[in-house]
Amino acid sequence: MTTLDVISPKRRSHGSVTLWAGLALVGLHIAIGLLTLVWTPYDPTGMSGGRLEAPSWLHWAGTDRLGRDFLTQIMVGSRIALIVGTGAVAIGAALGVTLGILAAFASKLLDDALAATLDILIAFPTLLIAMLVVAASDTANLASAIIAIGIALSAIVARLTRILVKRVLLMDFITAARTSGSSWPAIVFGHVLPNIWPTLSVNFALQFGLAVIAEASLSYLGLGAPPPNASWGRLLQEAQGTVYTAPIGAIAPGIALVSLVIGINLLADGLRDSIDPTRRAR
Amino acid sequence: MSLLSVQDVTFSYNASKRVLDGVSLTIEPGDSIGLVGESGSGKTTLLRLLLGLTRPSSGSITFNGTPLDPRSARFMRDYRRQVQVVFQDPYSSLDPRQAVLSIVSEPLRALRIPGDHRQMVSDALASVGLERNILGRYPHEFSGGQRQRIAIARAIVAGPSLLLADEAVSALDLSTRIRIVDLLKSLSEQMTLVFVSHDLGVVAALCQKIVILEKGRIVEAGATASILANPQHPYTQRLLSSVPRMPA
Ligand SMILES: Nc1ncnc2c1ncn2[C@@H]1O[C@H](COP(=O)(O)OP(=O)(O)OP(=O)(O)O)[C@@H](O)[C@H]1O
Ligand SMILES: [Mg+2]
Repeated sequence: MTTLDVISPKRRSHGSVTLWAGLALVGLHIAIGLLTLVWTPYDPTGMSGGRLEAPSWLHWAGTDRLGRDFLTQIMVGSRIALIVGTGAVAIGAALGVTLGILAAFASKLLDDALAATLDILIAFPTLLIAMLVVAASDTANLASAIIAIGIALSAIVARLTRILVKRVLLMDFITAARTSGSSWPAIVFGHVLPNIWPTLSVNFALQFGLAVIAEASLSYLGLGAPPPNASWGRLLQEAQGTVYTAPIGAIAPGIALVSLVIGINLLADGLRDSIDPTRRAR
Repeated sequence: MSLLSVQDVTFSYNASKRVLDGVSLTIEPGDSIGLVGESGSGKTTLLRLLLGLTRPSSGSITFNGTPLDPRSARFMRDYRRQVQVVFQDPYSSLDPRQAVLSIVSEPLRALRIPGDHRQMVSDALASVGLERNILGRYPHEFSGGQRQRIAIARAIVAGPSLLLADEAVSALDLSTRIRIVDLLKSLSEQMTLVFVSHDLGVVAALCQKIVILEKGRIVEAGATASILANPQHPYTQRLLSSVPRMPA
């Protein structure tokens, strides 16, 4: 414990810097995403210039193959990425945490069965799950992509949750809670979740990045948001053919994607540090 | 009537081995009993049965004449209030994410005990020798001895009649251990105490009665002074001879 005390002041300032940097990056994307609901520099679906124009004062990021303003597309992409990431992680977290807790509390037999099911599900590529969801819902759209990615993520979350919960349940403070008369639901919400949350939240941030990238590959195969939705994944894929003549087409959505994923990770790290009493200012 | 009575209790975790074998024991109000035995003799298991965390394979436990029934919510609510426990490891027995107030007030909240919980917690802290103004602080800000005091405060806050302590001082350094033993001794004047230990020295200082457990069986039980002066069972004699110098 003394070592923790010694390093905590450093951690603290480090924590608040990451928190602010994360907030700034994610906040920027949220602001842009919201802005595109009411205003974009150009019509996202209409031609506004020549094809594959280089960046200029009129088109800061140039234009695409069809002469649409590229910056507009990337801004709309922020909104889609946030919707996909948030939606998929929310589904994955809700399903996964619930399943993981149930598995950790289940009888040995049921737990083994659940653990095996999760392993199989994790081995399934997201793509296959997406195709099943699309087949079941008859349409390929953003919602089906989000659900498919959410289900794929939930297996990973469930497996992690199960292990974390089992570890916490072995602690004496859980036994103390039982002998204090706390019910199992009270123990789950009062002791188990707060203790596994730091690890889970960092994992959710990683999953957010995975979800945005997964949506990119799903749209490429026509299983994501249909055109003219400008998801970054679609933009990246569309830029593949022209990457040597107009590299900005691949670079710009790439930077947007990376900046959001990094922002989410910083935010999760910073939040974890600021809610962790052992790392917080006295 | 005895406070707690254990009759012919048998327990095994799995079919291959009996961890407790025909254990009978009565605890009278006001007793302070030392439960002594080597590692693996079944002390913690017996406490878990007494706490209603596990049920005996056979035999019965009665509390004030009523059978202990972990499935009866009504019985357990009163039982939890009456019977509390302190664990060995003060680091894992306090939730690192809760402040002292919510740690110590957990029994009050869980058992829906009426009253000013803040006040009751700060009284409990004062009676274990801690300051009253630490309610907002977290476990990592305290030493092992202070943490054990917080754990004891949680155990006594609801005013139990029986306090079980499982190796509650083994993880502490010598001077802290002496202070916590003193604290438990003064508490034992207000409530019944069962003190589990493999340290006969500490038990001799703290308890009027001793129960010796060997491989899940009680091999000797009686007043501390007479057992120390005249151990009957070879196992007790061996335990005694393994202690370098017995305090009188
Ligand atoms: N959860 C469990 N599953 C299976 N066996 C167990 C379990 N807990 C304890 N045992 C076994 O039961 C026996 C008694 O264990 P117990 O923890 O009651 O001993 P103890 O007297 O408290 O020992 P110590 O002084 O080391 O704490 C040991 O042989 C142990 O291996
Ligand atoms: Mg033990």
